[in-house]
Amino acid sequence: MRNLLPVLTVVLVIIAVWYLAAVRLNSAWVYDQAAREGREVMLVDLLGETLVQERPVLPAPHQVAQGLYDGVFGQKVTSKRSLVYHGWVTLSATLLGFVIGSAAGILLAVGIVYNRAMDMSVMPWAIASQTIPILAIAPMIIVVLNSLGVTGIVPKAIISAYLSFFPVVVGMVKGLRSPDAMQLDQLRTWNANGVQSFGKLRLPSSMPYLFASLKVGVAASLVGTIVGELPTGAVAGLGSRLLSGSYYGQTVQIWAALFAAAILAAGLVGLIGQAERMVLQRMGLAR
Amino acid sequence: MTSSDVIGDGVTGQAVIEARDLNLVFQTADGPVQALRNVNLTIGKGDFVSFIGPSGCGKTTFLRCIAALEHPTGGTLSVNGMTPDEARRKRAYGYVFQAAGLYPWRTIAGNIRLPLEIMGFSRDEQEQRVADVLRLVDLEGFGRKFPWQLSGGMQQRASIARALAFDADILLMDEPFGALDEIVRDRLNEELLKLWARTGKTIGFVTHSIPEAVYLSTKIVVMSPRPGRITDVIESPLPRERPLDIRESRTFIEIAHRVRDGLRAGHGDEM
Repeated sequence: MRNLLPVLTVVLVIIAVWYLAAVRLNSAWVYDQAAREGREVMLVDLLGETLVQERPVLPAPHQVAQGLYDGVFGQKVTSKRSLVYHGWVTLSATLLGFVIGSAAGILLAVGIVYNRAMDMSVMPWAIASQTIPILAIAPMIIVVLNSLGVTGIVPKAIISAYLSFFPVVVGMVKGLRSPDAMQLDQLRTWNANGVQSFGKLRLPSSMPYLFASLKVGVAASLVGTIVGELPTGAVAGLGSRLLSGSYYGQTVQIWAALFAAAILAAGLVGLIGQAERMVLQRMGLAR
Repeated sequence: MTSSDVIGDGVTGQAVIEARDLNLVFQTADGPVQALRNVNLTIGKGDFVSFIGPSGCGKTTFLRCIAALEHPTGGTLSVNGMTPDEARRKRAYGYVFQAAGLYPWRTIAGNIRLPLEIMGFSRDEQEQRVADVLRLVDLEGFGRKFPWQLSGGMQQRASIARALAFDADILLMDEPFGALDEIVRDRLNEELLKLWARTGKTIGFVTHSIPEAVYLSTKIVVMSPRPGRITDVIESPLPRERPLDIRESRTFIEIAHRVRDGLRAGHGDEM
């Protein structure tokens, strides 16, 4: 609880700056309106009229909070306007993508550590894969998979996996290689085979690295899913809320969806952090 | 070298480790480095042999050759009458490294059980052996503790227990007490002698401490660097039973002198 004060201070500063920015950015519309009606704009009017607009350039914090509240609690969860509904659509694809991506990442890392050919060849490709803008490749994946008859959650999950496998590969390679020469020599003196040295030493040693990269990976997964939702014609998911919001200039809706995504990401990272603490503590590896 | 140069053949028991004209050249970026040159040594059953010398003299390298962790480039080396690789596969030795190297996610008992699991001992036998060696190194009742709950000295004792658990008759120790303070070290040396007397193992012990080498060994191998080689092999006349105060005796001091002279002579070579 001791670190609550600095956190709150930062939040308050952000909100203050946000309000100021909202007044400034939305004032142009207010001045336009006033000029058309031939009246002067007083400071009180400015404050009143910049912070309650229906389609502001930058919605004020309380508008976003209101939008978020309405989206979460103000609708039936089955409604197309419910953020819970859209959040669940995004979350389910994220989780599937995260599982696929993490599993692929771990398998690739094992291959890289144990196979010289993979060690030489896979990493450059993995790095190259991440230099391609996901926004460019996501529509193609959707289109190609669609033409193959794969629709629904899977194409999105694949884009999500595409982003999340990379941190897992990098972290796991490092983790599986973290045992030092002495520990490996020690296993040789016991004539341990590859499977034994993997299961008894390399895998347990890699756990701190695994959890660190899973945290990065799950956040990347969520981004991947949202990007994957953009070209699907904005049917469902937080990505579609972002897209339809921008079609109709519903900035409050965009910001509410953004915050919903951020809260979701924070929750997922927090869950993995919790699992990390429990596992590492049990393993005696916690700092 | 001719066979008359072979030193250290005053072997009491039957030969367990035999090195003949052993050479090891490492190929490095700066060219070849001769880590061992013409090493001849016989270690008999039940001997306690210390290898002493400055860093780079090849003492650890020689121990690693015995363990088949390094492979000589010339000469012959036999362990229990086999090649070192065969001996390793037959679990002829336990190896204790400078760091205890216990896995933090395993209890002390779990750590000692580790080689037994790898070697496929049955569950019951694992439990039995863990209990036995814990008693042997005086760590009874600590089996359920985790490594971080133990002092450095106790951790090193656990690592010795682990090396003993599968009952190899050779124990190779590479500066096992090098990282410990002197008081703990004295105690562990005393306990190691007791353990050696009780089990009758053949022990190869790398150290850079002269008193430690003299106190522990029946045979002291003095080595010197560039190239790594044996300069002297001293058969200790000290009795097998050795209280700590034997270190003030005349014989002890004389042996220590001879070791020191050997180390100095080795250094003189390169000047």
